[in-house]
Amino acid sequence: MTANPSIQDTSSRRTASLGKGMAVRRGLLAWALIIPITLVHLVVVVGPGISGLYYALTDWSGIGKAEFIGLGNFVELFTEDLNFRAAFRHNLFWMAFFLTVPMIMALSAASLLAQIRRGAMLIRSMFYLPYVLPSIVSAFTWSMLLNPSLGIGAALDKIGIKGLDHPWLGDFRTALAAIAFADNWHWWGFLSILFLTAMQAIPVDLYDAAKIDGANRWQQFRNVTLPGIRPTILFMLLMTAIWSFLSFDYVWILTQGGPSGASELVSSHLYKQAFLRFEAGYAAAIGLTVSLMAGCIVGGFTILRRRGWEI
Amino acid sequence: MIHRLFGQRENLAPNYIILGLLCAFAVIPILILGFNSLKSNLELGENSIGFPRQFQWSNYPDAWEQGGFAVTMTNSVIFVAGTVTGVVVLGGMAAYALARPNPRGSNMYMIYMLSLSTIPFWLYAVPLFILWKNLSLLNTRFGLITIYIALNSPFAIFLLRSFLVKFPPDFEDAARVDGATEIQVLTKVVMPIMWPGLLTVALVVALGVWGEFQIALIFMQEDEKMPLTTSYFNFMRRFSRDWSLTSAGAIMMILPVLIIFMGLQRRFVEGLTQGGLK
Repeated sequence: MTANPSIQDTSSRRTASLGKGMAVRRGLLAWALIIPITLVHLVVVVGPGISGLYYALTDWSGIGKAEFIGLGNFVELFTEDLNFRAAFRHNLFWMAFFLTVPMIMALSAASLLAQIRRGAMLIRSMFYLPYVLPSIVSAFTWSMLLNPSLGIGAALDKIGIKGLDHPWLGDFRTALAAIAFADNWHWWGFLSILFLTAMQAIPVDLYDAAKIDGANRWQQFRNVTLPGIRPTILFMLLMTAIWSFLSFDYVWILTQGGPSGASELVSSHLYKQAFLRFEAGYAAAIGLTVSLMAGCIVGGFTILRRRGWEI
Repeated sequence: MIHRLFGQRENLAPNYIILGLLCAFAVIPILILGFNSLKSNLELGENSIGFPRQFQWSNYPDAWEQGGFAVTMTNSVIFVAGTVTGVVVLGGMAAYALARPNPRGSNMYMIYMLSLSTIPFWLYAVPLFILWKNLSLLNTRFGLITIYIALNSPFAIFLLRSFLVKFPPDFEDAARVDGATEIQVLTKVVMPIMWPGLLTVALVVALGVWGEFQIALIFMQEDEKMPLTTSYFNFMRRFSRDWSLTSAGAIMMILPVLIIFMGLQRRFVEGLTQGGLK
């Protein structure tokens, strides 16, 4: 046996067939293959990520010297910046929306789809279709369809269904919900396919047993389907909670946070601070805050799991 | 209750009704977009969501011209090609190394990769912008493609590695016994095995880069170098009253995606359900 420390082979037969020098060469070759992409990551993600921690403590404008101001940015963020506070509230709404509406749509769609054979493939691809479109195209489409003078509302108005020709994106009361609606249009179908894939892994026997026990369809869904895809649901709830803090495209394309801040999300607020007002230090502090919030969600999830919650 | 199981089949009509409504919700907006791209603005004013009464095909060449699609589509193709090549080559190399020679520390490396892919973009967006500015990589193709490669490769490495570990290493060993060098093993034996996985990765990455908006918005601000997405954003705001023109532009942007989607549906669905979790 030429057990070489630099090689940790899963198959001992394979190690045995190689000479020691060859094993070392293979270990070196392995790292030579791993290094290039690692360098790209270091430059793009890790390095800036770490320096972001520092910039968050400065009043840097992106040019010249950065002055260290300790937690000044965070104090301003939490005590003075009313736009941030509003944006944060909107993000909570956003998270609540995406933890419920697409989840319910996708779960119903997937469980209905799992029961049928004929046409299932076609329905699957139709559900999927919006997800492959660029965000700019789906956002544009909905800006047209939600337009009060030539969208769906206007068309319904003409055939006598009044009241839907409302400037959904222009009214400060409905803007945020309208954007969430458009974003969800491209998302729920994909989610339903994820759930469907998980449902198809549930053994059919379980359903048969439930039917023999006289369970109706709702009871089957409640007692067989839901427990069966529980890990997928929980994982997607976790990811949704994290993603909800990063969401940017639809808000920026449709309203850029307007009208008068009514649809501002933390990400669009950060974008404005960083790239329109050049408050690099302040924007880095927002970015760090958002990341910490996402981190808290992951942390809370992990703690609940340790405490014995079966998630 | 036994008769319900063995007797008549369950009534599936409600399923089809609800699924049909959901399909309509998913597809009809795209159809309306297509309809509107063929109307004149005059017709659009009175017939805003229906089938066009008269086809105004000239919307397409007009949009192509006005939106500068010749330039931006080329840019997007370059970004997609560059990113796909980079991810497939660099990510594929790493995935192979982590699956086969499997050097000590490769499990740690995978954990590192996983945590890397969960770092929120907004944490490093600002410092990365400044770094790119200092390195004169802002508004360059190389700069944007490098970011895309970095952000797309963790998923590619996961997918390709799990793809490779499913295959026994016997073929590679046989080639080595026959005296093949490691490079030959890589190109002649591993590549053909990895091919389907690489194709899936290429498809998912290409789709992602084709529609990518926020990074391009930040890192590519010169009109001539913009990809379709951000340049279309300006186009749609410039012609915000000209819905048929902008609809035609949107259709041109999604046409390649739709054609590929129809052709490679199964791989799309598989790849995205695995890779969409990045």
